[in-house]
Amino acid sequence: MWRRRQGFLRPVVCGVEELRCRRREREAALRKARREQQLVSKRLLREDGPEETGGERVAAVLGEAEVHQFLRLAQRGTEEKEREQALVSLRRGLQHPETQQTFIRLEGSMRTLVGLLTSNQALLQLEAARCLHELSHSEQSTVAEACLPATSYLLTYLSGHSSDFIELCLYTLGNLIVESEAVRRQLLPQGIVPALAACIQSPHVAVLEALGYALSQLLQAKEAPEKIIPSILGSSLLQHILQLLQPGPKLNPGVAVEFAWCLHYIICSQVNNSLIISHGALSTLGLLLLDLAGAVQKIEDAGLELLACPVLRCLSNLLTEAAVEDMGGQLQLRDERVVAALFILLQFFLQKQPSLLPEGLWLLNNLTANSPSFCTSLLSLDLIEPLLQLLPVSNMVSLMVLTVLCNVAEKGSAYCQRLWPGPLLPSLLKMLACSDTEVVAQSLELLQLLFLYQPEAAQAFLQQSGLQALERHQEEAQLQDRAHALRQTALHG
Amino acid sequence: MQLPPALHARLAAGPGAAEPLPVERNPAAGAAPFRFAARLVRFPRDHEFFEDGDVQRHLYLQDVLTQVAEMPERPRVPEFTCQVAGCCQVFDALEDYEHHYHTLHRNVCSFCKRAFPSEHLLDAHILEWHDSLFQILSEKQDMYQCLVEGCTEKFKTSKDRKDHMVRLHLYPADFRFDKPKKSRGPALQKAGANTAAEALEVDGEQSEGDAMEVCSEHVAPSSAPVGERRTYSQRSVSDIFLKLSLNVCFILRVLGLTLGWHSY
Repeated sequence: MWRRRQGFLRPVVCGVEELRCRRREREAALRKARREQQLVSKRLLREDGPEETGGERVAAVLGEAEVHQFLRLAQRGTEEKEREQALVSLRRGLQHPETQQTFIRLEGSMRTLVGLLTSNQALLQLEAARCLHELSHSEQSTVAEACLPATSYLLTYLSGHSSDFIELCLYTLGNLIVESEAVRRQLLPQGIVPALAACIQSPHVAVLEALGYALSQLLQAKEAPEKIIPSILGSSLLQHILQLLQPGPKLNPGVAVEFAWCLHYIICSQVNNSLIISHGALSTLGLLLLDLAGAVQKIEDAGLELLACPVLRCLSNLLTEAAVEDMGGQLQLRDERVVAALFILLQFFLQKQPSLLPEGLWLLNNLTANSPSFCTSLLSLDLIEPLLQLLPVSNMVSLMVLTVLCNVAEKGSAYCQRLWPGPLLPSLLKMLACSDTEVVAQSLELLQLLFLYQPEAAQAFLQQSGLQALERHQEEAQLQDRAHALRQTALHG
Repeated sequence: MQLPPALHARLAAGPGAAEPLPVERNPAAGAAPFRFAARLVRFPRDHEFFEDGDVQRHLYLQDVLTQVAEMPERPRVPEFTCQVAGCCQVFDALEDYEHHYHTLHRNVCSFCKRAFPSEHLLDAHILEWHDSLFQILSEKQDMYQCLVEGCTEKFKTSKDRKDHMVRLHLYPADFRFDKPKKSRGPALQKAGANTAAEALEVDGEQSEGDAMEVCSEHVAPSSAPVGERRTYSQRSVSDIFLKLSLNVCFILRVLGLTLGWHSY
């Protein structure tokens, strides 16, 4: 039915500059929506109206009489092609919000459509499902709610075998889920979770991707932590999700992206992360991270960051669980290759998606905070200098780099001896000139640790005009105590 | 950002953890006015830290959904006919054929030729409509299983089951795949008297009757009585026998009887 996307490229219908401009606008709109906690909204999922879908003939808005006519023809026409064509025409008309409204207001229309959806004529069924899919794109929850009579059938069809049809049902369900809480309230008792758990065993990649999409929408619902995630964790979905994230020849990136996001929504909701850890999630995700880092070198631009982002988030959040300590060696993350992989990804982010640097550094913080082993890896793999190279990127990045360095330094003199002499001190001196108070504060903290465990560094600090650098912060409320204390330490030991 | 050349080699090499350098903390570290403490950081769902990554995710989804909505031209092939005996449906696209096959020929009841969307529903149908032992047993105990996948509730009558599905699972009362067993009759055909009414509501009723009755796509709603067309069932004779004997086994187990059939 739908061809899988060729890479992540869209057909270019307008100039590159215009595309970039539109993308910036879309991004701004999404950012605004997220701040308003409105990110899970249909309006934003489908940004272009029917006029923009390049290639498709633009259909006209249909009036009530036409809608009625097409439905009657679909239901009672004698020629099969005629009936199919009627539904195709209806579907095109339904691309318009006005037609959608007309449709749902027409008495018996949904009943007829559901009748066709469940009829014995396979191709009519398919076209009816496409009409329903079109309706599911509506930005108005009234339209989504008008589709309620169809949901039990959409779920029933998930246990079928026609992969294109199942894919269609899943995207339709995903769209309906996003739009309306009433739909979700109905889908749960109708058994959406067991239906998805059965369907996730499908061997078809397109079906799995669609399922991941639908599931990710379900998990983003605001009521998900209380009402949805517990039953998902109680089903076999979790095991299947982790299986689909196993690196190896069978890993499909499009599928993995969807389920990695699903896992992220589950984990950051903090419902039962111990369970997730007990299923070996840390090991799976760690191996996946290694795989991604390996892919960075090989593949030019495959949208790796789309998968890297949720994987980083899952790992970082899981590492905060007490269960990680309790469960002992088996389920922990100990492999220093994870650190190597992370830096390869950080370099990749720097070039492709700098906004993801903080997320990568977040993982690095959680890896190093309580782990002498990982701190040692940072030193033995010569990663301090690359880390310092990230300092100029942004204040947020500087802050996190400094925090990671503090994680290393606070472990004592064996660690600080490897931090100085070296490029650290000159970098810190530069950081003291930063305008951001928190960045300067963290620099002061690091300096204190360095002076404590490596007193010679204080001498070098003085020689490199450290006192002058400190002076500018004597008046700053948040900083003055620490700046003063450092001054004393440097001068008097 | 310059990475040390040995890093990629390290990635390619085997797993391992660094032997940690000795940790020796001085209590003065982090003492006032300093406050650093190494800390695990956790971010909840809606934290603004996630803003950038979330925005990227949604940009990606927008692209996906736009492409999903676009209907690409399906490659046309020379016309071919469905090979299932008795079915003359013609196709010129493989995807159409796939759906046709799975809808009409895959989960077909060999007794009455009704097609079902899944094995689960077909099995329930065979048990409830064509298994005489089921009828006998259902007089004594709850045999009608809830049709919703994952629900294990059983009921005395199909009506009780329907009530459960409507009340608990919010299923429609006229769910197409849960018909109470009844004899076929002219009621299933298009009632001529009703055609006068133009309302779509009436049409809905009629197509309900048509659902699943016939397997061949050839039967237009206004044509000859249902059942005239026969479609070759997926299930061979031995399949049916196995199905029946498994049913009997199941039922006998339920009754606590064993007849030394454990070899099955």
